[in-house]
Amino acid sequence: MDLTFTERENAFRAECRAWLERHVPKESLGSGDTREGFARHLEWERELFDAGWAAVSWPKEYGGREASLFEWLIFEEEYYRAGAPNRVTQNGIFLLAPTLFEFGTEEQKARILRPMARGDVTWGQGWSEPNAGSDLASLRSTARRVEGGWLLSGQKTWCTRGAFCDMAYGLFRTDPAQKRHHGLTYFMFPLHGEGVTVRGVDRLDGDEGFAELFLDELFVPDRDVIGEVNQGWYVAMATTSSERGLTLRSPGRFMATASRLVDLYGRYRASAEPALRDAVIDAWIDAEAYRWYTFQTVTHMVDGQDVGASSSLNKVFWSEMDVRTHETALALIGDRLELDIDHDAPESAGDAVDEGAWMRGFEFALAGPIYAGTNEIQRNIIAERVLGLPRK
Amino acid sequence: MRFAFTEDQLLLRDTVRGLLARECPPDVVRSAWEARSGRAPSVWAKLAEAGVTAMTLSEASGGLGMDELDLALVLEEAGYAGLPDPLVETVAVGAPLLEAVGTAAQKERWLDAAAAGDALIAVGFEGQPFVPHAAVAAVALLHRGGDLYAVPREELPLEPQVSVDRSRPIARVDYAPDARHRVDAGDRAALDAAVGVAFDRAAWATSCVLLGLTRRMLDLAVQYAKDREQFGKPIGAQQAIKHHLATALIRQELARPLVYRAAWSLAHRDSVRDHGAHVSMAKVHAANAARHVAKTALQVHGAIGYTIEHDLHLFQKRAWALAAMYGDVGFHRARVGAATLPD
Repeated sequence: MDLTFTERENAFRAECRAWLERHVPKESLGSGDTREGFARHLEWERELFDAGWAAVSWPKEYGGREASLFEWLIFEEEYYRAGAPNRVTQNGIFLLAPTLFEFGTEEQKARILRPMARGDVTWGQGWSEPNAGSDLASLRSTARRVEGGWLLSGQKTWCTRGAFCDMAYGLFRTDPAQKRHHGLTYFMFPLHGEGVTVRGVDRLDGDEGFAELFLDELFVPDRDVIGEVNQGWYVAMATTSSERGLTLRSPGRFMATASRLVDLYGRYRASAEPALRDAVIDAWIDAEAYRWYTFQTVTHMVDGQDVGASSSLNKVFWSEMDVRTHETALALIGDRLELDIDHDAPESAGDAVDEGAWMRGFEFALAGPIYAGTNEIQRNIIAERVLGLPRK
Repeated sequence: MRFAFTEDQLLLRDTVRGLLARECPPDVVRSAWEARSGRAPSVWAKLAEAGVTAMTLSEASGGLGMDELDLALVLEEAGYAGLPDPLVETVAVGAPLLEAVGTAAQKERWLDAAAAGDALIAVGFEGQPFVPHAAVAAVALLHRGGDLYAVPREELPLEPQVSVDRSRPIARVDYAPDARHRVDAGDRAALDAAVGVAFDRAAWATSCVLLGLTRRMLDLAVQYAKDREQFGKPIGAQQAIKHHLATALIRQELARPLVYRAAWSLAHRDSVRDHGAHVSMAKVHAANAARHVAKTALQVHGAIGYTIEHDLHLFQKRAWALAAMYGDVGFHRARVGAATLPD
């Protein structure tokens, strides 16, 4: 065990920190899940890409730095420590890209990765359907074989930032004779043009972040199939474990939240009851636990061990920790907690920016136990695949 | 950055795990209950043969010169087995403390014997209501009025108490400091530092034992959920049971890295400024995880878990006692707060 960072890792951290200090926007970009905010975030994503920070762990040919997993974690710590904007490209960079690296052709990687990382082509995920949420394998969208490609039909929903994105990816039934996990294929498809209608849905937090996608014989060429036809479920599983796991939620984000909570406590401690002080400390310890848990997981990955279903464990922890941390912040803020951020006035100053950010963060945190596979599904996975309890 | 134990450390764990599985099954823990002795002498002798009792003394003192990282997994296995003997107090805390500050005569009298497995050591920090294992220890190291005393068993005024864990012999010790027993640390600052490290070791080592107890209780509950059938299928096929056990595993696995990180910080305490806060974070999570899993395991077992006949309570009661020992959750959380929150 060696819990110090190497000289190379320390130098990498210093380089990240120095660049972020100079370039992170001083003014908030607002929510990345509104049309205007999304556009502002994309400008930031381009600046990140052009300086080589958009996807640090990727190969250089696709715009990365070939950073190690530990360096990637360091980048994330510095990124959130610097208060940099949330990544609106994450559903491409952190969810689709790992699948392309594992299953994509050279042509697909060459065509898709750089524009994805630069935010020139933005990606939403198209997993859920109106009647296929937790039970994803019951999905009904289909793809019918035609000359040179496929015609996609059906309805997808909860497509994050789908109202603004250019492209999406998801599973479609290509073999109607096969049931459930079998006979599905992984497609990439456009969100504009003939055969596709996109309808934004206002989320609980007020942003038009979600979209419903209506596909009616949308043509997709063969080159936009990832992996083999009828093997989509197995291809997709690679992505979902990334989504639950550390690629979606590195510890840096929660360490930054815990650190902001400590600052908030500093401002409100005169009115804070002792139990709240305890909750603030517990939030700090939880963030530390998640950080070291992740270093342990990454060490196992570096050693070539299969971390498998443990990504479910990690998803339940971070999502519930995030809710607790925000609940503690709101309890500190007390009866001022109802202050919200005014979307129509991004320059809104004063209390609302900070206190409102906690309410907004709380609303977003509440989505954590739901998205990327509900925590109930994750607990089933933990019980069956880690603890070995019977399925039936 | 590398967060993993070495091959040698894992090998030692496997050796100790095998030894305890053979030598310290629940029946042996139960006999320590029945005798109220807090001892499993034959197990302790085997651990001594394997070198465990000599791990933390320096090679100059006839020990193996190993550190907290070497010891962490051994302590966890002792917790898993429910070993009644004072591994924490003798090996993790007492032996290195006595080696650091004992007089030549004190070291000569007890260190070789401790390393050989022939002498147990008890420790009593200021403010601690009971000194566990004092009745069976050859020497008790007592911190009183800012000084440290190494008091031989025969001179120790003991008032035995009954622990909820009958395999833990605890006692009130109303000791009037006696200069003959005083250790020799040089100056007060050196003694304070040595006692401070000893307390951190005690809290951390107890966290390791709690991790092992937690894993044992969870293993028992998972096995029971697989075996016990109701409504024509194993109860572990029910989501309500699955979710209880999944949550228990999460609590356990998120405590583990903090305990291991604290081991590293203690082993490198010369260069790690916040090792005390790291130990406290470990104790908070290990104690909370153990208490949580103790409740969950009982609930999953149902009425059979609420009997003396079933083994679960052996581990559960140890967990309750240790969760509060060497600083309870409130104490350690406050210590983390002092290190992280604004004044």
